[in-house]
Amino acid sequence: MSSYNLTHLAQLEHEAIFIMREVAAQFERPALLFSGGKDSIVMVRLAQKAFAPAKIPFPLVHIDTGHNFEETIQFRDWLAKDTGSRLVVRYVADSIKAGRAQEEKGPNPSRNGLQTITLLDTIEEFKYDACLGGARRDEEKARAKERFFSHRDEFGQWDPKNQRPELWNLFNGRKNIGEHFRVFPLSNWTEMDVWQYIAREKLDIPSIYFTHQREVVNRNGVLLAKSPFITLLEGEKYETRTVRYRTVGDSTCTGAVESDAADLGAVIQEVASARQTERGTRADDKRSETAMEDRKKAGYF
Amino acid sequence: MTAPAHQHTDQHYLAMDLLRFTTAGSVDDGKSTLIGRLLYDSKSIFEDQLDAIERATEQRGEEHLNLSLLTDGLRAEREQGITIDVAYRYFATPRRKFIVADTPGHIQYTRNMVTGASTANLAIILIDARKGVIEQTCRHSFIASLLRIPHVVVCVNKMDLVDFSEARFNEIVAAYTEFASRLEIPDIKFIPISALHGDNVVDRSDRMSWYQGSPLLYTLETVYIGSDVNHIDARFPVQTVIRPNNDEHHDFRGFAGRVAGGVFKPGDAVVSQPSGLTSRIKSIHGPSGDLQEAFAPMSVVMTLEDEIDVSRGDTITKANNPPNVTQDVEAMICWFSEKKLVPNGKYIIRHTTREAKSVIKAVRYKVNINTLHKAEGDLDIGMNDIGRIQLRTAVPLIADAYQRNRSTGSFILIDEFTNATVAAGMIL
Repeated sequence: MSSYNLTHLAQLEHEAIFIMREVAAQFERPALLFSGGKDSIVMVRLAQKAFAPAKIPFPLVHIDTGHNFEETIQFRDWLAKDTGSRLVVRYVADSIKAGRAQEEKGPNPSRNGLQTITLLDTIEEFKYDACLGGARRDEEKARAKERFFSHRDEFGQWDPKNQRPELWNLFNGRKNIGEHFRVFPLSNWTEMDVWQYIAREKLDIPSIYFTHQREVVNRNGVLLAKSPFITLLEGEKYETRTVRYRTVGDSTCTGAVESDAADLGAVIQEVASARQTERGTRADDKRSETAMEDRKKAGYF
Repeated sequence: MTAPAHQHTDQHYLAMDLLRFTTAGSVDDGKSTLIGRLLYDSKSIFEDQLDAIERATEQRGEEHLNLSLLTDGLRAEREQGITIDVAYRYFATPRRKFIVADTPGHIQYTRNMVTGASTANLAIILIDARKGVIEQTCRHSFIASLLRIPHVVVCVNKMDLVDFSEARFNEIVAAYTEFASRLEIPDIKFIPISALHGDNVVDRSDRMSWYQGSPLLYTLETVYIGSDVNHIDARFPVQTVIRPNNDEHHDFRGFAGRVAGGVFKPGDAVVSQPSGLTSRIKSIHGPSGDLQEAFAPMSVVMTLEDEIDVSRGDTITKANNPPNVTQDVEAMICWFSEKKLVPNGKYIIRHTTREAKSVIKAVRYKVNINTLHKAEGDLDIGMNDIGRIQLRTAVPLIADAYQRNRSTGSFILIDEFTNATVAAGMIL
């Protein structure tokens, strides 16, 4: 009997697949929010496994800020094609054009917060009732309190003080019309688990996760890539560094780390000895102590 | 555009298992400090997190590094200095990976601890060495027992404040053992610690040489959890049916679900409940390919030899040890809602993958969770109350007693108007 044990990574995989199947069974119009980052790549692999030999029964939805890394966008298109998934892309630029969102002012206007508007519009457009996301509880302290099935009211808002208790493997996805759920199958995964899973499954990932030469500017300790969306401040200059990305978001708010990790083995070594959290490279989290909670309440990913 | 995935796999990391534990203690007994210490000493706190709490501690004008700020992430919690909700924390040692459900010590305590306990293999119960076994200790232990957490580690904390006294420790162990004899906790261990100074947390304390047992972390790393899951009664609640509808897999009809108990193998004779239809397992597909056996808590897809009617909410079982197929359920419940239980009220029940209407036919008694007395005259069940009820469901449940199987013996009740989860139940 003693052989009936599962390793922790296998347990996390079985748990995530269970959650994805619950979503397919409990909701009518689910979607998988896809950013092209490592967590959403793991999500796509888990979704493939959850429904094999059938195809993934929901579309991949990407909210494109227009500030993404070119490598990520190409990877996104390739993966959607490779898995035979339907890809839905909606643009923050269109929300701005339509007057539903307004560009930030300043030296690096971020469209990070504006994504919420486009995302909620997209949810309404397609009447999605559950959006699967790759967020993990270890990423950020507000996310540590997040549920697997996270209820959103008709305005897409999260009410962290009034969440449904989640017990055993019983997930309550009941809702009223106009409300929806965000569902996070990777809740119990850590950054290390994600990397180990990518290695175990031999998953392809965008090249910017590995070392390369890039022109960056050091702004408040965050190494921002040279792009048309960033205006240099007085005294700032671009310099070429050997970097890679630990997390992939908007180029305007995601910093690079100096690294010569050229393959997954080296990346895993680096993660194992890291003394900073991965979101330490995210300028969007540094705006205030509860920046993430505030954005999440409004309907952010 | 894509980098080839490297062959590298860290064999050691891939072999680690997983322990889920919950921590229980009352206010100011050092729970946050203990978790902070485990995270800190296992190098799971990062520099930027430490910087952030140092900044926040300073801003608040507090003297000692406030480790509770690590777990209290919400604005309201930081403002009020309280923990509102269960927070999940993660750390790993070379032996094991840990998921900690950190539950708050005061308001809505029962509700949060029940939530954290529902998935835990182990509970740490903290006792202040100066105060000994108090009402809250009893409450925490009762919940651990009710939720059938297989292992309890009682940490007698703040030993530094009682001069590391062996006599005081033994006194508390005796008092707790006496109380716990009325509960059903299969495995109880006692460890004298000082979370603040780190004695017996990660390293053995040289100030309590009289203590012969292991420090806390070693205990967490080595407690045997292999027998916590039921590998006897074969239960497979069906989540969804997979039909690819393409040329390649034209006739494929697979039942997806998570094994809730026992072991299934291709060729096994099976019974689908509640229909009672029988067939044999043709194949089992796991996340990484075809399997020769499937056991809890694996997520798999099964195909059967015969085309029998099986759908979500049904449970595939084996003939030799059938579950209870019943519409009448006796259960212990914990009430979660500010709206009190309505006698003869109708609620939605969610049990395994089945959802049905149900009615509360009777409230048998309420439990005084501090004294463990059954109050048969007090049938008024409100927020955080625990009681025994009789339930009638609109369709049969395929269930086991909770003490036999935590997956097929548990359910939640949902308010059909607000959709809120109002109770957690354990079938007797």
